[in-house]
Amino acid sequence: MSILTLLFYAIALLIVAATAMAVTRRNLVHAVLYLVLSFFGTAMLFYLLGAPFLAALEIIIYAGAIMVLFLFLIMMIRLKKLPGMFFPVGQLLPAILISAGFLVVSSVMIGRNSSGWAPMPAAQASPMAFGVYLFQTHWLAVEIASMLLLVALVGAYILGRRVRGPSADTRKEAP
Amino acid sequence: MIVPLNHILLLSGLLFSLGMFCTLARRNLIMMLLGIEIMLNAAAVGFVGASLHWQQMEGQAIVIFILAVAATEVSIGLAAILVVYRRTDSVDPDMNAALWEKGGQR
Repeated sequence: MSILTLLFYAIALLIVAATAMAVTRRNLVHAVLYLVLSFFGTAMLFYLLGAPFLAALEIIIYAGAIMVLFLFLIMMIRLKKLPGMFFPVGQLLPAILISAGFLVVSSVMIGRNSSGWAPMPAAQASPMAFGVYLFQTHWLAVEIASMLLLVALVGAYILGRRVRGPSADTRKEAP
Repeated sequence: MIVPLNHILLLSGLLFSLGMFCTLARRNLIMMLLGIEIMLNAAAVGFVGASLHWQQMEGQAIVIFILAVAATEVSIGLAAILVVYRRTDSVDPDMNAALWEKGGQR
C-alpha cells in the first residue's frame, strides 16, 4: 500500500463527506460552500489520477465559476422559510429508495467486472499532450461545445432581461 | 500503484446517488440544480478513472465536454429559476398554476 493509495482513500472520504453535508444543509450558502470543498477534493483526485489539466479546469470552472454563479443567485433572491418539514416524507422515502436502489445495482454491476480489481499503475497525461490530442481528434466536438456556450449566453440573456413592451401594454389595458 | 478501477467507479456511483437523492428529495429548485451538478461531477470522476485504467485520453476529452455542458446547464437553469422567482416569489418546484398566473399578471 503506497502513499498514493492512502491519499486516494483520504480524498475519497473528504469528497463523500463534503457532498453529504452539502446535500443535507438547510442553509443554501452553507450547501454551496461544502460543495466547493467537494469540488476541490475532486480536483485533487483528478491530479492523482493523472489529469493535471482537468484538475485546474475543475477548480476554475466548477469551484470558481459555477459555484459563484449559484452564490450570486442565492444572494439575489430573498428566500422565505418554507412551512412544513425540511424533507417531506412523501418525497423522502421514494428518494431514498431510488438512490439506494441505484447504488446497490451499480455496486453489483461494478463488482461483476472482474478485470477492474487489479491496481492500476500511476500515469500522467501532460497538458500539452492532452491539448494536442483534443484538437487533433475532437476538434469538431470542441467547436460544437463553443456553439453550445454561445447558445447558453444568448439564452441566459433572453431569460434574464426584464420584460417590457407588449406585456406592459396589456398590463395597462387590463384594469 | 494506485487503487483498482472498481474503487473509483464505486466512489463515482456513491457520488451519483448522493446527487440523485439531492435532486429528488429537496423542495428547492436551486438545490435540485446543485444535485444535477453533483451527478455530472460524479460522471466526470468515473471517466477520469476509466481513462487511467485503459491508458487512453478519450475519457479526459469527454470530461472537457461534461464541463461545457455543466456550465451551459447551470447558466440557463439559474436564469430560468430567476424567471420563476420573479413570477411566483418562491423557488418551490411544486408551485401551482394559479400562483403562476397570479404572479404573471403582477
